[in-house]
Amino acid sequence: MGIDIKFPIGLMFSILGLLLTIFGLITSSDTVMYTRSLGINVNLWSGMGMLTFGLLMLFLAWRSKKPK
Amino acid sequence: MIETGFTLSWIDYTVMIVYFAFVLGIGWALKRYMKDANAFLEAGRSMPAWVAGLAFISTNLGALEVMGMTGSGAKYGMLTTHFYWIGAIPAMVFLALFMMPFYYGSKARSVPEYLKLRYDEKTRGLNAILFAVMTILASGISMYALAILMEKVLGWNFHLSLVLSAAIVLGYTYLGGLSSAIYNEVLQFFIIVIGLLPIVLLCMKDLGGWSGLEQQLAPIVSNMSPHKYAPDTWTTTWKYTGSAAANPLGVEWYGIAAGLGFVLSFGYWCTNFLIVQRAMSAESATAARNTPLIGAIPKMFIPFLIIVPGIAALVLLNKHGSGFTLPEISPGHYNYDYTIIALLKQYLPAGVLGLGITALLASFMSGMAGNVSAFNTVWTYDIYQSYIRPVTDDKEGDSQHYLKVGRMATIFGVIVSIAAAYLASLFGNIMDFLQTIFSMINAPLFAVIFLGMFWKRTTGHAAFTGLLAGFVIALLHHGLTVPEGAATLVKGGWIANLHTYPVEMAQNFWTAIFAFTTSAVVTVVLSLLTKQQKTDEDLKGLVYSLTPRMGVEQVPWYQRSTTLAILVLSIGTVLTIWFW
Repeated sequence: MGIDIKFPIGLMFSILGLLLTIFGLITSSDTVMYTRSLGINVNLWSGMGMLTFGLLMLFLAWRSKKPK
Repeated sequence: MIETGFTLSWIDYTVMIVYFAFVLGIGWALKRYMKDANAFLEAGRSMPAWVAGLAFISTNLGALEVMGMTGSGAKYGMLTTHFYWIGAIPAMVFLALFMMPFYYGSKARSVPEYLKLRYDEKTRGLNAILFAVMTILASGISMYALAILMEKVLGWNFHLSLVLSAAIVLGYTYLGGLSSAIYNEVLQFFIIVIGLLPIVLLCMKDLGGWSGLEQQLAPIVSNMSPHKYAPDTWTTTWKYTGSAAANPLGVEWYGIAAGLGFVLSFGYWCTNFLIVQRAMSAESATAARNTPLIGAIPKMFIPFLIIVPGIAALVLLNKHGSGFTLPEISPGHYNYDYTIIALLKQYLPAGVLGLGITALLASFMSGMAGNVSAFNTVWTYDIYQSYIRPVTDDKEGDSQHYLKVGRMATIFGVIVSIAAAYLASLFGNIMDFLQTIFSMINAPLFAVIFLGMFWKRTTGHAAFTGLLAGFVIALLHHGLTVPEGAATLVKGGWIANLHTYPVEMAQNFWTAIFAFTTSAVVTVVLSLLTKQQKTDEDLKGLVYSLTPRMGVEQVPWYQRSTTLAILVLSIGTVLTIWFW
């Protein structure tokens, strides 16, 4: 129906992933902030995971648009 | 704010704003494709199987489910997985292989319309009206729960939260109809999984993995007075269901298998139009059959996302110096519904915290939008078109007219949901009671649809009477029994108290068993005593024995429904044995 849902999913997770990755890098020296997450920079890891997922969905959306 | 409250930072709000911009953007992008009633109310029957499958499961993944099941994880442990494995998988496989060919192939646009084609107008009318009321109640209660959560946890204004959430749901369902609801459910599925995954990983790391969790859980479970539970009761599923007293669910294996595994789950997954509508929107008969099977795969793994953190919360609650706390209802009695909120606060810093809160908001909205989109279809086709303004000879004019009515029904549904939410805030118990009562139709409805699909002798008069008889017996059983410790008549015993169940869940299971059995017996007996009004030709495509078998599906072997069903049942069996 009209749009390929993989595209908005990929775009949204790429934006959110990039946002959290940058935020994770900026706050990477803030040890107090990450005390509650057991010392793990959970923003950086989640951000990179989401960015990877987002780019994968964008790739799948692009691939399904290519004429066979 | 309660002690689980917290404040969000700019990054958390940014995550939320980006998510809601995409939600509304999808509705906006779909607006120009909504050219007729079929596109708006049935998604043009164009959904790929994977989209319909994820929407199928996301509709069921509302926030009351996420919050409630995490709390149940703390209260009942891995026994809660019965709602995800035996309480869902057999029903989803049955729906896919045996029922979807009739729902989809009959060209019925809704479950009530299938009842009209198979039986008669009065059976359809009864189901349509009960379903329409039930969806609005569910949507209103979900809206109320969201607003109350935002008020207590984030300190947001109750009225503002209510109106804002209603406006967002109205925005994307009005613009893009069922397609928009389904696409957003797929988006919501991914945001819920990704938003809650960090909590699972962090609490598992904190407690030393699964073996660490088991070790720390054993002394807590063994010392739960006055009960005498075995140390591994919280990490097993069937091992202690030999007697109701040996497990915290308070139900023995037969009650779980027959009550939950058969009657309740088949009644919910196979006949609830809110769920079945997702499969009916699929692009082909094969895609429609594969929809529940694709949904079943994530369904089996959702317990690891929401039940395991609940079990971990029980350990944290009893662990000295963990800093983990839950709001108390009374001294020593915790409100487990806030478990997921407390875990978000325990482990997540700004950034991913916004993601976790967005996941919760998304799950609330998927519940609301699902109900509203199912309501507008049933209202337009099964009530308005049947009783107020039937179809005319002008096919194009009709389609435009019903598109307009569908849009109006969306606005009406959201406004009435807001009213229901305010009623819930004033008379919460009464709303809970009404929802309990209306959900009692599921078990008798399954009996009637099952008999209709697989026994051509079933008659319309018998089905209608069987449906009513099952509903009345469910009401009587609820009115004559109470769960132990019930504080209000909402929980039962509002006629008299003839029997006390150890827990509310046992009462629910047996209510469903009695309702289903009564409905089935009455329908069979009356069918034998009444004349079949429909000819074999009328019932073609609606009854198993009168419908030509589908040939081998023209898709690769790995996309065939039977292949997927074998895969789903195999995974389900392995998980059940693993956590026996």
